[in-house]
Amino acid sequence: MNRITGALRSPVAFSILAGVVIGALFLVGTGADPVAAYGAVIGGSLGADGIGSTLSTGTSVLGMALALAIPLRAGLINLGGDGQLVLGGIAAAVTGLYAPLPAPLTVVLALFAGMAAGAGYAALAALCENHLGVPLLVSSLLLSYPAASFASYLARYPLKEPGSSLPQTRQLPDGVALPAFGGSTVTVGLVLVALAAAAYWFADRRTAIGYEVRMTGLNSRFAAYAGIERKGLTLRLMAVSGALAGLVGSIGVLSFPYRFVDGSLTAPGHTWTGLTAALLAGAAPLGTVVASFFFAVLQVGGLSMERTTEVPRELTQVLQAIVIVFLAARLRFPRFSRFRRGREKPSAQGEFA
Amino acid sequence: MFFDSDLLMSALRALTPILLAALGGALCERAGVFNIGLEGMMLMGCFTSVATSWFTGSPWLGVLAAALAAAGYSLILAVGAVTLRGDAVVLGIAMNLLAVGLTGFLLRTVFGVQGTFDDPSLAGLPLVGGFSPLAYLAWAAVGVAALMLSRHGWGLRLRGVGEAPDAAATLGVSPAKYQYAAVLVSGVLCGLAGAQLALGNVTLFSENMTAGRGWIAVVAVMLGRALPLGVLLAALLFGVAEAAGFRLQGLGLPQQATDAAPYVVTLGALFLTTARRRRRIRATGATS
Repeated sequence: MNRITGALRSPVAFSILAGVVIGALFLVGTGADPVAAYGAVIGGSLGADGIGSTLSTGTSVLGMALALAIPLRAGLINLGGDGQLVLGGIAAAVTGLYAPLPAPLTVVLALFAGMAAGAGYAALAALCENHLGVPLLVSSLLLSYPAASFASYLARYPLKEPGSSLPQTRQLPDGVALPAFGGSTVTVGLVLVALAAAAYWFADRRTAIGYEVRMTGLNSRFAAYAGIERKGLTLRLMAVSGALAGLVGSIGVLSFPYRFVDGSLTAPGHTWTGLTAALLAGAAPLGTVVASFFFAVLQVGGLSMERTTEVPRELTQVLQAIVIVFLAARLRFPRFSRFRRGREKPSAQGEFA
Repeated sequence: MFFDSDLLMSALRALTPILLAALGGALCERAGVFNIGLEGMMLMGCFTSVATSWFTGSPWLGVLAAALAAAGYSLILAVGAVTLRGDAVVLGIAMNLLAVGLTGFLLRTVFGVQGTFDDPSLAGLPLVGGFSPLAYLAWAAVGVAALMLSRHGWGLRLRGVGEAPDAAATLGVSPAKYQYAAVLVSGVLCGLAGAQLALGNVTLFSENMTAGRGWIAVVAVMLGRALPLGVLLAALLFGVAEAAGFRLQGLGLPQQATDAAPYVVTLGALFLTTARRRRRIRATGATS
């Protein structure tokens, strides 16, 4: 009994429980049976029919969660994931379509092109903070919109598939694709993202840079005093973050439907789900993996819940957000000290001036 | 003629929702609560106004319901950030996400449609002299907010709470009370902004129809240094960019370029103002 109350006292467990309970109230309110609906979520996402879909959704969610967790570990919030994601996707598509190389090399090159595009764009947001004094939160988010518009323009005009009415590029040549496992939609992309998670775990736990990042997140002023150069750290963390977002975009293009379709990379909202997962886990590497899997289950399960019980799948998005609302209210993150540096400057304005 | 009175009119229409939301954000900023939940509060206002107007047939009740609903929604931030001392940034992000999910969920359960609810019998706000009454209210609110913050005791205490909460508490001013008030007023203003967007500028609700305007409002607060007149200028800049974008689209520029214009212009304005401010700080030898 003590262990149960102890576990409930942990903010994460409490927040998830609160989300599930409030979700059940919603379900009852709309006349649905919560047990049947939650059963459909679990059965639909972890059952034989759903697990493949959960793993392929999980690839993108985990990729974006890592992209956002890495800067978050140092107290930096990258809100430009969508822009970095689509730029990575469009860069991979262009490389896949036009690189005059054998297919396997083209795949590798496309992955790197996507990562480079994402990294470069995220670094731009870091430069805006470092040299122009625009807070990262704002610069990364605002930069995201022109990036999405630019990719949309490319997919609708210069790169548009001739004769198609859809805003999409041509299909990549034969063989320019990530190998899939068996007949499933799960590709090698999952392995790449899992490797990234392992690398993040190793860097976080075992390396000096990981220690510096965590220390900056816990107390940025102390970290500065200890000789950690903040601007350089911001730039490097954002580049890594953007590279991962770009990787997710490339994986999206190099998997079914093997082309860049305008809006299809951002429509599922993986960036925000990833941010939610990273926040839930406090950006810790293993926790981010677990939280990403949890949200992938929710998303895929939401679809099957919609089919079997007619409860709209948007409910799962509500659940996600409720979990984070409770978590944010209960936890006092020490790491967002930029916005609450003591009582004398509790606002962004202070940082900004 | 590229710059004519039509352009100015459409710029003024485009700025109204931003201005209302940004005034709310500025009040919170002055009270020391960082509010980036403006987008979500606006979206709640959009949905409530449309739902209420459709069920009652009165857009005015829609406006009222939007203000109340968004104020109620803003309590999440007030309770979470002020009472529980949670993280305002994370709360704001979560509120924005929650609003997208919640309005999408309600759109499906209440109207049984996905994407957009658009009905000929949905009553929008009337236009007075080319603008919805909420536009006039927004301009009046600039003046009221400016006077409150610079002259009225309530506004002065609000600023005191934001700048030195401990000192304010010593003088017997409860910081929590003023911060709650600021957050609730920002909720009301965001609700009005949402109603203007959904019943004034157009007459429909579509998923995520705020499309980043709440974030632009957050930036307008920074650009305008949380001063009502500054916020008005920043919102005007955005309005002109949006209106000019539409105009350029008519002249053959692809929609994607003009969609991006307001964000690029806003970012550019941020660069310029911060660069100038930084130079001044360097020139006076102050350490930042």
